[in-house]
Amino acid sequence: MAYIKAISYYLPETILTNEQLVEEFPEWTVKKVAGKVGVNRRHIAGNDECASDMAIKAAQQLFSEHQVDKSTIDYILFCTQSPDYILPTSACIIQDKLGLNTSCGALDFNLGCSGYVYGLSLAKGLIAGGIAKNVLLLTAETYTKHIHPADKGNRTIFGDAATATLVSTEGFAAIADFSLGTDGSGFDKLIVKTQGCRNPQTANDSSDYLYMDGPEIFNFTLDRVPSLVKTVLAKNDILHEDVDLFIFHQANQYMLDFLKDTLKIDDEKFYGYLSEVGNTVSSTIPLAMYFADKEQVLSGNVVIAGFGVGYSWGGCLLRIKN
Amino acid sequence: MNIKQFVQDFASCFEDTAASEFQATTVFKDLDEWDSLTTLVIIGMCSKKYNTKVTGIEIREAATIADVFNLVSSKNA
Repeated sequence: MAYIKAISYYLPETILTNEQLVEEFPEWTVKKVAGKVGVNRRHIAGNDECASDMAIKAAQQLFSEHQVDKSTIDYILFCTQSPDYILPTSACIIQDKLGLNTSCGALDFNLGCSGYVYGLSLAKGLIAGGIAKNVLLLTAETYTKHIHPADKGNRTIFGDAATATLVSTEGFAAIADFSLGTDGSGFDKLIVKTQGCRNPQTANDSSDYLYMDGPEIFNFTLDRVPSLVKTVLAKNDILHEDVDLFIFHQANQYMLDFLKDTLKIDDEKFYGYLSEVGNTVSSTIPLAMYFADKEQVLSGNVVIAGFGVGYSWGGCLLRIKN
Repeated sequence: MNIKQFVQDFASCFEDTAASEFQATTVFKDLDEWDSLTTLVIIGMCSKKYNTKVTGIEIREAATIADVFNLVSSKNA
């Protein structure tokens, strides 16, 4: 069995408030941003601050906050869609900068909102297969670097963050069974079209920036997430009422409220951490888990679910030792 | 489905606009309160109250509330 042993996080220093956004976009109101989107503040990575820099800071925080001996780390999984370079793998750079053993395995994987759940599934596989004993699962994203300055909607929703999770042979949360899914027909609904190998040159138009088809992403979520949750419950042979806490990817408040109503989840069993950080992509779930733990509500059977860019989705059950 | 109820349901997707502003013929994207987020709220309303999936493109192509009503009606037919 694989367990989550510890979680820490890093948030960039610069903060963008709703008041600052409303100054730039006078047609927006603080009430609207805070009410419908559910975000009050978001952290923004510095100009020279890359996702790997943030992941390193989250890992260093993990080592100090939880007294983790870094020499025990034998695998790094780095979830990001903002790598330092096309090559090499950012996880290799992270291994060196963190001073981890050269006997470590290390790889990046390119996922967004479903990335944390996928990372746990990979880490569990490495541990169950006897390949690694202490997997450092890192998530870090700098979507704000991809967003056009005039893109009011996406600037309101997204924030930058990094998290570090130690997955080990023992810990406080047993990682139970997963449900995963993919539908690549939605690849162009959340995309940065240029600067990859398909369209290597910048187009000097909006396709150089993050594009999100909000309505279609919302419909995808309505189509997939309820059945995802049902499958996670069935795979783990538990009932809806046996779940003590649901933690979903923190997309935006309206979507979360809608899912909560659709799935008939009680308020006290639905934990979110959105207003102070925004949608931090692959970091939303571990950030919420960290703060749920601080508030002492992370206990019993916890269902986590991530969904979005790809389309890609995944969920699993965590059994928390109390 | 009846248009009167649908107009009321449509109006419930807005927070600041007076209910009296909403008629079947209302060009909803001309309302001051209209923004891209409202599209999500309308999609959510159609899903929840009418069990009907409406796309962002369909909302974009609709001009009046009656257009959206006709769309949802045709999908339910």
